[in-house]
Amino acid sequence: MADIAFLLLVFFLVTTTMDQQKGLRVQLPPYPDPNVPPPVVEQNDRNVLEVLVNSADQLLVERKPLRLEALTDLTKKHIQNEGRLPNFSDSSQAAVVSLKNDRGTSVERYVQVYNELIRAYNEARDEYSRSKYGRSYADLPDKSDEQIAVKKKYPMKISEAEPVEY
Amino acid sequence: MSKFKKNGGKESPAINTSALPDIVFMLLFFFMVATKMRDPSVLVRTNVPTVSEVEKIVKKSWVNHILVGPPLNTAEFGNSPRIQFDDKFGDVEGANGVGVFITMKKNEQPEGIRDYLTTSIKADRSVRMGLIQDIKQELRKINSLKLLYSASEGDVEE
Repeated sequence: MADIAFLLLVFFLVTTTMDQQKGLRVQLPPYPDPNVPPPVVEQNDRNVLEVLVNSADQLLVERKPLRLEALTDLTKKHIQNEGRLPNFSDSSQAAVVSLKNDRGTSVERYVQVYNELIRAYNEARDEYSRSKYGRSYADLPDKSDEQIAVKKKYPMKISEAEPVEY
Repeated sequence: MSKFKKNGGKESPAINTSALPDIVFMLLFFFMVATKMRDPSVLVRTNVPTVSEVEKIVKKSWVNHILVGPPLNTAEFGNSPRIQFDDKFGDVEGANGVGVFITMKKNEQPEGIRDYLTTSIKADRSVRMGLIQDIKQELRKINSLKLLYSASEGDVEE
């Protein structure tokens, strides 16, 4: 009995793969209807943080080159600006991050840039949650009023440009 | 001193092994449950990027995987990145395309959860975004909008 159980145990031990599915969760925009012209959205320039990644994996943020490490802080500055500095957003609700990449950008750099943007939002939400509720954002119960309020205060608006045909 | 001398005839008692099958069975059941049997043979190299803000997938069965990367068998398939789903190569468009595959996977699931299905793109870090963009466009066309860029957890390295 124990022999058979051991045999099976060894088999499952060998075949088990314990890899966990991890990654950056992203919501894609719906596919635009070709018959309907894209809606014209009046977007104040100051509310949009423009992030470009070129085919050499270099960053251009608001038309200025930037190192990857500085992106999180700049994004946070943008979404937490609340109308103070003229170049950054009016309010956290209005703030948008526009991400545009080249077809030659590597997946590694794209995922890294996306990660920095998500990190900026997570940190901003966390700081807000701590100051308002005295708890970190991660500790707020799922779908609770507090969590929804924090999400509403800092909605993650990362817009990806439609791919351009060359 | 004779206190510490061993009495010649006394043997140490045998360990009671009657509980061993129980323990083995417990481990067996654990691994049986934890094992994911359908492990498709991997045809492409997927060395995923390392980032800090990863999320874990809770419902593993609600995820469909698309692998993108240079083929492992370079002699036969060359160096340029290929798309793999299940255990064969696929294309971006057409009858063997991403859209057809994901739609097929969607139809296998009960009606209620089809909108919750996530597509995981497990792409090698060297792959260019052009290919990923094409896949994303195909996913948008079939209105499968939940996406996960597979990545491992760690510090971002420049």
